[in-house]
Amino acid sequence: MKKNNLILYGGLLIFGLVAPFIFPAFKLQISFLWILIVLAMTWDVQGGQMGYNTFGNILFFGVGMYICASTQIGMFFPLAEWTEAGGEKTFIHTAPQYFQGFFAGLILAGIIPMVIAGLIGYGILGLRGHYFAICTLGLGIAAGEIAGGIEIIGAGQGLTMPPWPKNIGDTELRSEFFYFICFTLVVATFVFLKWAYSTRFGLVLNAIRDNEDKAEAMGIYTMRYKIIGWMVSAFFVGIAGGLMGNMVGYIEPVEVAFAGPTFGVFMVLMAILGGKGTLWGPVIGATFFHLFKEGFWTFFLGWQYVALGVLIVVIVVFFPEGIMGWLREKYPERFGEVIDEADRKAQVILK
Amino acid sequence: MKIKNFIITFVSAIALLLSTTTISLAKVVGDKIILGAAVSLTGKYSTNGEHTKNGYNFAVDRINSMGGIKVGGKTYKFDIIYYDDESNSGRAAQLAERLIKQDGVQYMLGPYSSGLTKAIAPVTEENKIPMVEANGASRSLFTKGYKYLFAVLSAANQYLEVAIDLAVEKNGGKPIKIAMAFEQDAFSQDVRIGVVDAAKRTGSKITIDDKLPKELNDMAATLAKVKATKPDVLVVSGHSKGALTAIRQIAEMKVDVKMLAMTHCDASKLAKQHGKNSEYALCAAQWHKTLSYKDKFFGDGIKYDKEFKAEFGYAPPYQAAESSAALLVWKDAFERANSLDKDKVRDALSKTDMQTFYGNIKFSPAGQNIAKPMVLFQVRCEGDKCENKVVAPTKWAAAELVHPIPKWSDR
Amino acid sequence: MPPLIGGIFFMDLLIFQAPILMVQASLDGILLGILFALIAYGMALQWGVMNIINIAQGELVIMGGYIAYFMYMTGIHPGFGIIVSPIIMFFVGWGLYKLVINKVVDRDLFISILATFGISILTQQLMNFIFGSDVVVAQSNFGTTMLFDGMVTLPNAKIFAAIVSIVFAIGLVAYMRKSKLGRAIRATAQNARAAKILGVDTEKVYAATFGINAALCGVAGSLIAITFTLHPYVGLPYTVRSFMIVIVAGLGNLPGVALSGMGLGVFEEFADYILGTEFRIGSVFMLLVFILVYRRFKLSRKREYLK
Repeated sequence: MKKNNLILYGGLLIFGLVAPFIFPAFKLQISFLWILIVLAMTWDVQGGQMGYNTFGNILFFGVGMYICASTQIGMFFPLAEWTEAGGEKTFIHTAPQYFQGFFAGLILAGIIPMVIAGLIGYGILGLRGHYFAICTLGLGIAAGEIAGGIEIIGAGQGLTMPPWPKNIGDTELRSEFFYFICFTLVVATFVFLKWAYSTRFGLVLNAIRDNEDKAEAMGIYTMRYKIIGWMVSAFFVGIAGGLMGNMVGYIEPVEVAFAGPTFGVFMVLMAILGGKGTLWGPVIGATFFHLFKEGFWTFFLGWQYVALGVLIVVIVVFFPEGIMGWLREKYPERFGEVIDEADRKAQVILK
Repeated sequence: MKIKNFIITFVSAIALLLSTTTISLAKVVGDKIILGAAVSLTGKYSTNGEHTKNGYNFAVDRINSMGGIKVGGKTYKFDIIYYDDESNSGRAAQLAERLIKQDGVQYMLGPYSSGLTKAIAPVTEENKIPMVEANGASRSLFTKGYKYLFAVLSAANQYLEVAIDLAVEKNGGKPIKIAMAFEQDAFSQDVRIGVVDAAKRTGSKITIDDKLPKELNDMAATLAKVKATKPDVLVVSGHSKGALTAIRQIAEMKVDVKMLAMTHCDASKLAKQHGKNSEYALCAAQWHKTLSYKDKFFGDGIKYDKEFKAEFGYAPPYQAAESSAALLVWKDAFERANSLDKDKVRDALSKTDMQTFYGNIKFSPAGQNIAKPMVLFQVRCEGDKCENKVVAPTKWAAAELVHPIPKWSDR
Repeated sequence: MPPLIGGIFFMDLLIFQAPILMVQASLDGILLGILFALIAYGMALQWGVMNIINIAQGELVIMGGYIAYFMYMTGIHPGFGIIVSPIIMFFVGWGLYKLVINKVVDRDLFISILATFGISILTQQLMNFIFGSDVVVAQSNFGTTMLFDGMVTLPNAKIFAAIVSIVFAIGLVAYMRKSKLGRAIRATAQNARAAKILGVDTEKVYAATFGINAALCGVAGSLIAITFTLHPYVGLPYTVRSFMIVIVAGLGNLPGVALSGMGLGVFEEFADYILGTEFRIGSVFMLLVFILVYRRFKLSRKREYLK
């Protein structure tokens, strides 16, 4: 069985590494897919594993995006002049400046949302159920509205990202560069979460989902785990946001950064579509969703949001367990017990 | 452990799907020159997106039926690939990437609104794809050193500068007090810069400088402040929503100012929706049908207006006219370049100097159209029928500017 | 005009220099708040009875507004929208219940949030197709009431809106007290199972409740059509406002709903004057977060005390 695992992961890794060279036209498209997978997986930490349905992870996405952009620009040039409406001056990043700024920005884009999650976590994660859901929804939208009023980051007219430095290669190189960063991020997220779920931490999260009061009664300080879980999500989502900002090249507060109605909902939908509370569910859900969206979406020309609305209703009402849940129900012997091989053996012995 | 098999199957299926998807290099197919455009068919800009699309289609049909484009002795026709950008700048950038990388488009048309153009411009620039856009007026588009961006319209900061000058002139050259309320978006904030510059130039004082949110539907607070401070000019810009909200509440609150300057009056059908309440509002526009420009495809503005109405069933707002003009520019550039090579066409574009029914077009090195002035019109009513009448520049003026606006108590 | 120094915005203090503006702001806020309270009352009703949070509440409001607008376009005074719109919306609500909502009634609240979110996206888009994304207004020509020598103005349309809201709210309360259906609804809200055993057709009660909620939204919508502007994408702020009002007031507490509605209206107007219009919506959402977090700390204190 270990061998099988190795083949799978090795295969996926190789696929990820060579994909940009086999499908050169789809490089950025696949990079977006990696980002979506990260969003879905990190949403699942709260929504699936912990049972806290958040709409607010988009907050960290936007904060990460703005932090990354501000660092990239602010390290070398006055940020206020860069974003000044119709600013007269043109600033050009040299190649070393660009990469220094980019990596510094990306690191901060992970750390600062994580700190924010830690700070607000105590207040917000104390809410239960739908109050939590609505509160985080409000948080995400408020952040977008407030960012739209702050002038130093471009306010409502948005922030243009520094362009790819001239004379170090063409756009193909740029796409490849971002592709591999995104791929690294998705691999790192997956490996980290796989490890985290296998530890006591993962068990506590599940305990919180199944019965928080009991978990508390058993002496687990649940709040600490909830906050740590949120910080983990915030870290990866923040980096994803920083990357997304660079890939899109233009940050708009409510449409790109704090994009509640698009990415904010997509991440929930993808995780539910794939099957929440599973490791692979969000990955599969995001892939299906992205394929569906890019494959058919553009042909609807205007009807896609009707289709999305119907899709949400259908998935949520008729299909709330997602693809993984469906597979488990249909083929319990194949998909029912996926992780706990040792456990199953132990059970057999017990009998 | 079968789940692994399932995933392997799944991944290979995707790989197969991707590799079999043929990537058509669609820059020229047969006798068709393919242009790419992401326009807003859904979302908050969908009406204006529709105007843009109709403007494009109208011109494509006209050019194709009048002999097409002659390049290198061969005749080509235009065709446009449309995507819906959902009025979302992130999506617009993504679709521009898709048009260029997956559909192989080599020539782009712009989306509607400054914000979306700002989102697409970095993508076309990185890929060195020339784009002629007709609906992105933000000045920041022209200060980033873009080489492949060409705008047929005047920059946003020119929209209401003239109005301020006019107000100062009417005030006997003495400085005035200005109150302004601008939506938080790329376009309106640029209009604001123009007004601020004009205020500085004339020594005028800005007493209120409010920003309106995008979901605005109530600006009573701003107007109450205007009532309390009594400025000479009130400037409002916030797309159609801003114009309609402002007029409604100005009428309700009986706000008296000497001049009310706005944008998007014709796109929001202000005169029709608000009737007499909108009278005397002064509006900036890129184009008006009574202007005396001519070309051989559409004749003049009046003719364009009539034929557009016959085709689409409504009078063309300037958003449609400028979109049509963008295709005339493309045709002209292709024929002068006499080549389909995108860089040669780009060079030809930069040397454009022509007249269209929409106005003269000549690009500055930054890609901005510098040959066309803005027009101002004022909403004027006869009985219950209200119309937009051009009041400036004086060359085309159809009516005298009414200044100051009569007080509400006298109307 | 919050001046901006180094990225930090300062408050606009004009309102304190001209106290008359405070009167204006308070009156505007109260009139606005009564309208919000009407929407919130519908939400409280269906939340209390069916245990559903309806994210599409705002879209129902806008839909009701479009009905009034449509009447206005055909030459009927939009004021009559307050009669026609609730009738049509009642059936829309009923249909919506039969199609989707009945499948999420007994489920997790999050399911209802997501499902109604889907409905909200769907209706936005359908309204966009039917009515276009143009911003539209309906003219009531009610005129304006001037106070304090014209310094404070109250559009009669807003006063009309407030009065109509109050009339409908009182009418509904009376209906809930007196009529058979009203009693059935209240019984179901208290204990659905017991009501069922005692012969109440809960399915019908649920459908009627959702219909009444939609009808209230219809009234509010047609009032919004004559006081503000309509377009397909402005629903969400109304949903959030009504949600907030309900949380603050609690379920089934009509005076509370009215009071917190007015409080919210006044808060919004003052936020608008002091922080600047650009932070108006943002401050509403921030207030929501603060209220929820405040509530959580209050409740957790209570929990500790109980221990």
